[in-house]
Formats: sequence, C-alpha cells, structure tokens
Amino acid sequence: MNIDDIKREFPIFDDKIQNNDLVYLDSANSSQKPRVVVDRIYDFYTKEFSNVGRSVHYLAVAATNLYEQTRVSVQKYINAKDKDEIVFTKGATEAINLVANTFGQKYLSEGDEVLLTELEHHSNYVPWHFLRKAKNIKIEFAEINDDGEVTLEAIEKKITNKTKIISVSHLSNVTGAILPIKEIVQLAHSKNIPVLIDGCQGAPHLKLDMQDIDCDFYAISGHKMYGPTGIGVLYAKKKWLEDLPPYQGGGGMINEVKKEGITYGELPNKYEAGTMATAQVIAFNESIKFMEKIGIQNIEKHEKELLDYGLEKLRKNNSVNIIGNPKEKGGVISFTIEGVHPHDIATILDEDGVAIRAGHHCCQILHDKLNLPATARASFGVYNMKDDIDKLDEAINKCKKIFNL
Amino acid sequence: MDLKDLYQEIILDHGKNPRNLGKFDNYNKDAKGNNPLCGDNVHVYLRLNENKKVEDIAFEGHGCAISMASASIMTDMVRGKEEKEVKEIVNDFLGMIKEKDSLENNILKDDEKTKLMSLSGVKQYPMRVKCATLSWHTLTSALDNSDQIVKTEE
Repeated sequence: MNIDDIKREFPIFDDKIQNNDLVYLDSANSSQKPRVVVDRIYDFYTKEFSNVGRSVHYLAVAATNLYEQTRVSVQKYINAKDKDEIVFTKGATEAINLVANTFGQKYLSEGDEVLLTELEHHSNYVPWHFLRKAKNIKIEFAEINDDGEVTLEAIEKKITNKTKIISVSHLSNVTGAILPIKEIVQLAHSKNIPVLIDGCQGAPHLKLDMQDIDCDFYAISGHKMYGPTGIGVLYAKKKWLEDLPPYQGGGGMINEVKKEGITYGELPNKYEAGTMATAQVIAFNESIKFMEKIGIQNIEKHEKELLDYGLEKLRKNNSVNIIGNPKEKGGVISFTIEGVHPHDIATILDEDGVAIRAGHHCCQILHDKLNLPATARASFGVYNMKDDIDKLDEAINKCKKIFNL
Repeated sequence: MDLKDLYQEIILDHGKNPRNLGKFDNYNKDAKGNNPLCGDNVHVYLRLNENKKVEDIAFEGHGCAISMASASIMTDMVRGKEEKEVKEIVNDFLGMIKEKDSLENNILKDDEKTKLMSLSGVKQYPMRVKCATLSWHTLTSALDNSDQIVKTEE
C-alpha cells in the first residue's frame, strides 16, 4: 500500500498548520478524517437528511436504510453474529457507561467485585466508581508488570468468588500493551464471569472478530477509527441485550406507552433512545469502508513498522525514557525526557508542527503506579510515515537544546 | 509565536532550580491547587504575622517549567509584603497574563517587574496560561483561608 496516496485522502494534510507541515502523532487521542467521511456528512445533510426510524416519507425511509446499513457494516467488520448486537452510542465512553449502569442495576450488590486493570482509561473506571458509591461494590485492579503489561496471571490473581464482571482494555493508550483478551475471556467464562473489552485503541489498529474473542461486550470509539466524533458502538452478545434493562428512556426505544405502564422496543432500538447521531452513523460507514479498503492487516503491519522504527530511533536519543516495554505492543510511544516536563515538550514540538499529547492521558491510576505525574505520547495512524518520526526526533533534540541538556 | 519569549533564561533557571520549594514548619495559611487536565499540582504555605505581613512563603508541587518558575518567582516576590499588597500584585499579575501589556502596581521595584514580565510570553500560548496562573490563584486561596482546592479548569 502506498502511504503517500492514503495520506492524500486526508484533507487536513493539504494545508500548512501554523506554517508547518502537520506531523500528526496524536491518533490515539483522535484520528484525522478522510475526505470520504467528511463528504458523506455534507452530502447527507445537503441531499438526504431526515430523522430515522419514525416517518414514512421517502427521505425518512432512505435515511433509516442508510443508518441500518452502517449497523450491518459494523457487524461484518467485527464479525458479530447478529446485527442486533450492534448498538450505536455517542462514543466508547457511553458504551461502557451503558454496560456499567445496566449490568450494575441488575447484577451488582454490596460487596460484589468488579475487576479492572491499572492500565484503564478513566472511562473504564469512573462508571464503575459510580456503582461503588451507589451500591457499595468493590473495584479491584489487576496489576501491571515492569514492562507495562497486564498478564493473564495478573488477572487470575485478582479473581475471587465475588468477581461479577471483568472490564479491561484491549490495547493500552499509554504503554501500548496489547492484552491477552481471548485468554482473559476464556478464563473468565470458565468461572462464569462476563467480560467487557474497552476497544478504543484496539478497534482502529487490530483485527476484530467478536465470535473468536467471545467477549460479552466490546466498546468502540468511532472518532479514533477515522470516523466522526459523537459516534461509538457497543457490541454486546444478544443474550445480554435481551436480559439487561434499557439504559436511557425516550422516543424510539419503546414498544407501547400507557399511563399504567410501558413496554420496551425490540433490539437494538431498546438501547437507542432519542434522535441518534444520524449523520455521524451514516458517515461512520465510510470509515469502515475506508479501513476495509486498506485492509486491517495492512494497517497493523504499517503501524508495527512505524513503531519499531520509532522505538529504535528514540531509544538512541539520550535522555529519552520510553514508558513500558510490552512484548505485544500497538502504535503508541509514551516517553519522558529527563529534565523537561511533558507539557514543555508538547509546546516545543508544536512549534515545529509536531502534534503529540502530554499529560496523564486520562490514566491517573497508571501514572501514579509509574510514579510519573505526566508523560509525553506519540501515537500513530495509517497516514504516518517514518519521516514523521524523524521530525519527532529532531524536535526532541530542539527541546533538549532549549533546556540546555 | 516565538519559543524564546516563552522559555526565557530566567524561566528555565527558576523552572530547573525553583526557589522556596518545600514546606516549612510554622506556616499559618496554606492552600492546594491542581490542574485536572494535566495533573500539575501546587501547595502554597505561608506565614502571615500579626501585622498581616508575609513573613515566609514556600511551595511544594510538580509541574512544567512555566508553572514551577511562576511559583518560584511569585514566592520570591511576595515575601515581606503586606497582605493587601500581595493581593494587588496577584491581581496585577493575573491582569497582565490575561490582557494588559504591562504591570501597573507601584509596590514592586522595576527590576522585580521585569522579572515578573518574563512570564508574559505565555500569552501567546493560550493552553499554557493556566500553568502560569495556578500558583497565583492558590496563593489567593491561602490568604482567603479557602479550603476549596483551586482548579484551573473553570
């Protein structure tokens, strides 16, 4: 595959940003958007707009069909058994909140344990914390090892007969560690414990097969998959979606509403209350097609090459410390520079058009464990090239020069 | 935008070797501040004597060069000043960082003002203004005996 051609499909790279060619190394935060996605939003609003699932006029029917086509595309993309196992949400955060809320309501009570890991993003901790407050449940954290990974053994160590659900990242947004999710699911299922995978960083970079992974829930963020903001997916096994209570109440999710009582709609409408992010869902289909056209195996391979090149380059750069050394690692390099705070690094790099993230990356538990208040992070997308890493390395050297290192 | 305006020698110096870093024993006012977005935090300790004069002041915390330098310069600047003067300096500084071109107070000497103006480079970096102002808001909170933790995201 030709990365130059792929990069040209992203309009953001057409123009200079603050007089620089953009070196975008913040895709773990949010990816840039290909023209097909942006155009699809424009076309939908200008030529095809209507609300979905309600009216019977031509535009409403057409919009509903488009909306449902995305559901089928997602189903196929992640190899879910049934299209009704795909629930659209406003993001992965909402997907996790949906599970925590509904599963918590039905199955968690005082003293029950939820097992997370020390790697988790705040969005896979805070929703469970609400339950800790409301229901007095306990939250356990499987520990990371010195390489910044969470092993199957670390998970096993924390499972007790009180563990009611396990919720773990697929791929860490800080250390880049890829968790052994299939093995975690097997282990959990052998003890009758359901598993939620936070797939924010997994879905954009790794091949997904829900039937193979066999997880109960998988949360996906659209805007990290070259899609629009405001769209996410909750994959959930049908048995759970049928079993759990609805999440939000409103139009579209009901069957019959009477003064005496209400019955809820069929799947997946039961979990899609109110007017959904219609244009985003429809444009998200283009993101899926875009990724399918390149091929996830090719994306994986390309990003692995970038990662290996980046790690080699930065390891050679004195005073750069790379955070974590997982054996299975995605396209994320978090680092510190001795004597320069990550925010200063980010500001100085930005001056040369190198966009990275600095801070705790919504993982304060992990940073506390690492005893670091903040790190700098470069993360890759399909449009990155080795040249971007060279520019990162040069900008790091400029940083060191300013700070007299 | 010019990085040299932001990372002036004096800021790098104070950022690397912050003055008045560390808690002292007989403080009678203190406050904490943090920046939830980036995890920076500061704890300001001061001793106000019976004449409402800042007898001693120090801080603990961690953050970027800008926030450490700002806390370092601030603590240097307000030691020995009366509470009323401190508040005037704080307001003047915050006004300068946000909009004004210069400092207007008549309390600080010219060389002190020059030192403080070295932080004015952050104006060109809106995302970094909070780094420079965190310790100053926290100082106000300490003087006002507020037990609310100062947050830069408002």
